[in-house]
Amino acid sequence: MNVFDIIGPVMIGPSSSHTAGAARIGRIAYMLLGQPARRAEILLHGSFAKTYKGHGTDKALIAGIMGMKPDDARLRDSFELAKQAGLSFEITTGHLEDAHPNTAQITLYGEDSRVSIRGASVGGGNILINRINGMAVEISGQFTTLIVLHRDAPGTIAHVTELLGSNGINIANFRLAREQKGGTAVMTIEIDGDAGSELNRQVAALENVLGSTMLKPI
Amino acid sequence: MLNYNTIAGLVEQAEQTGKPVSELVLAQQAEQTERPVEDLYEEMRRTFQVMEESVTSGIDPDLRSTSGLTGGTAYRMQQAVREGRTLCGEVFGGALTRALAVSELNASMGRIVASPTAGSCGILPAAVLTLKEARGLDERTCVMSLFTASAVGMVIANNACLAGAQGGCQAECGSASAMAAAALVELAGGTPAMMANAVAIAIKNILGLVCDPVAGLVEIPCIKRNASGVANALCAAELALAGITSAIPVDEVILTMKRVGDTMPSALRETAEGGLAMTPTGRRLFKQVFGT
Ligand code: SF4
Repeated sequence: MNVFDIIGPVMIGPSSSHTAGAARIGRIAYMLLGQPARRAEILLHGSFAKTYKGHGTDKALIAGIMGMKPDDARLRDSFELAKQAGLSFEITTGHLEDAHPNTAQITLYGEDSRVSIRGASVGGGNILINRINGMAVEISGQFTTLIVLHRDAPGTIAHVTELLGSNGINIANFRLAREQKGGTAVMTIEIDGDAGSELNRQVAALENVLGSTMLKPI
Repeated sequence: MLNYNTIAGLVEQAEQTGKPVSELVLAQQAEQTERPVEDLYEEMRRTFQVMEESVTSGIDPDLRSTSGLTGGTAYRMQQAVREGRTLCGEVFGGALTRALAVSELNASMGRIVASPTAGSCGILPAAVLTLKEARGLDERTCVMSLFTASAVGMVIANNACLAGAQGGCQAECGSASAMAAAALVELAGGTPAMMANAVAIAIKNILGLVCDPVAGLVEIPCIKRNASGVANALCAAELALAGITSAIPVDEVILTMKRVGDTMPSALRETAEGGLAMTPTGRRLFKQVFGT
């Protein structure tokens, strides 16, 4: 704990969980898409579904999807800004199985890509992304995180972790999920400190790796 | 080595070294976070500037919350001060205005500093900025007082908690009030011991306050509790600066807040299932906002 955990964060109100956390979830989806979103489909669950209007959760999510941070003063005008930017969106409420009460499921469509995530706002503005494209992950956004989509083939994980090790990078958290044996799988690797985008390119170039995204801490 | 286990420990270190609490905290934090002192100071200065901006933007007659339930009270209070219609004059009226302003800005999706939470974000800025104006203090003095306030917040977090969902509003607005009281005493040139007494008095005054937001939104009664929070901070600081001490020592008071919070039923801890949220009007407003 330090002084800025007490006095801070600087944020857009009214709620750290329902506003700031929501903006963070949206922003992760934006970073994973890697290009401006043209369309967003959002499903809200639990307390998010019940109270999103009063907390501006919807505006915060859209702001995040447009790349804004939780302390961006433009957040409250995000609907207007989305319109200007040509982003169409649909927000619905419903029930998701096994989901934290403050959960949003977001599907984004860009010019030529699509990504779907499920994320929860777990308190104090902290979040946890628990699915990417249907696969189980665990991303807090507090660390630099590598998300590596790959073929479920022997040796792939070792190649990635060796590459990190030889670059002097320490792994804080590692998680693997796969659709089925031999199908696609996703590694989420949270690392200590920072890593350059060059490393991400090297990972992406490894055998059996289909794609790699590096998220900076948000 | 400075730690944040007790307020008494902070006071002792300050008395031994003859330095203000804020300076000790800044030095310790630089060591703990392995960052240069100037860096930390600069970050706190930027935080302070956001606080100043939030007061200015919050005093707006047309400001409305996202739910439509609240807004515009800071402006009204300011008008009363300007027209000389207040009971206690400019300083007190100014403090109330600022607390309302920041809290209303939060409710209307404006930019604020959680201090310690978003729900209680008006209290500390209101206290510091009011004394800045009243005494013509410079920016550096004000920024430094925030380090003292956060030290108090850390001790409370270590021994009790700062979230309404956990400890009721005493934990949110009560802690903010205690932090603000500590900052006020330091700004007014009081001793570390006076600071400790102000913290004790502030918490004692607000002990047992429940968290019962109407419709689960940080508006009713939260906005006015920010006003009463800064009033409480001013009261506690005034008493302490006059040399009045708390019969129960501050660290025992903090542990009491924890004990009281633990025995509070969940209906009175931010679930919006008790207190003002469950009044006929509270329920009606819930329906008005959420339609169910
Ligand atoms: S009533 Fe509850 S939500 Fe409102 S300020 Fe107090 S602790 Fe926060």
